[in-house]
Amino acid sequence: MEQLIIAGVLLIVGYGFGNYLETRHYKYIRLREKRLINKPSVNLRSAPLENKEVISSELAIGSTVVSVDYFKRFLAGLRLVFGGRLTSYESLLDRARREALLRMKESVKNADIYLNVRIETSSISKGRNEKSVGSIEAVAYSTAVKFKEVS
Amino acid sequence: MEVSNLETIPGRQVSEYIGLVSGSTVRAKHIGRDLMAGLKNIVGGELKGYSELLQESRKEAMDRMVKQAEKLGANAILNVRFSTSSVAQGAAELYVYGTAVRIN
Repeated sequence: MEQLIIAGVLLIVGYGFGNYLETRHYKYIRLREKRLINKPSVNLRSAPLENKEVISSELAIGSTVVSVDYFKRFLAGLRLVFGGRLTSYESLLDRARREALLRMKESVKNADIYLNVRIETSSISKGRNEKSVGSIEAVAYSTAVKFKEVS
Repeated sequence: MEVSNLETIPGRQVSEYIGLVSGSTVRAKHIGRDLMAGLKNIVGGELKGYSELLQESRKEAMDRMVKQAEKLGANAILNVRFSTSSVAQGAAELYVYGTAVRIN
């Protein structure tokens, strides 16, 4: 009985805070994406470099570890019974990747273009017990290139 | 030392290929961070302790790679790739590798 109560409280706390934090995080991500929209990141090896002189190039890295909340983990557990889309985990991965990309861009602020972007995802806290699954790391890295101002 | 994950450094010419260089580090987080992460696991969101840990480790791996390249007389590392693997619960290996070259 006690365990049920604890689980119930955790579910409610997880749902409330989880939702709140996710909404806030998404808001923050969108804001920064808007700010950085004029700096394209491409996963091409050679970008439109014609007629442009390169001043400097540098490796840009951004990474983040994001965890899913208790409520979503519970939902995902239910989903594993019936199958289908795991919407709660989709948003987790989406958040992690977008955040990593943004951090990559922010790590080299004065670049004009980010070439050869690679995004890697790995689950880092995979343990023996199933409960610990649910936090993932996303890394984004690229070569940040700065052009000479075209006169 | 120029580091890039392209096959060339834009606007520069490769004069000599030296070879593969790599750096790796295995790190574990301390209990305090693990506890915080446990709490965060309930409400979700970013695990700052882990993020920092992995960033530091990645930097260290890169430093090791750069040192190796310097020893070989290179002045640039091309086509750099990262990989992460969890060796044990709470410990992760960060591996980074690339091709050391000399550029003009």
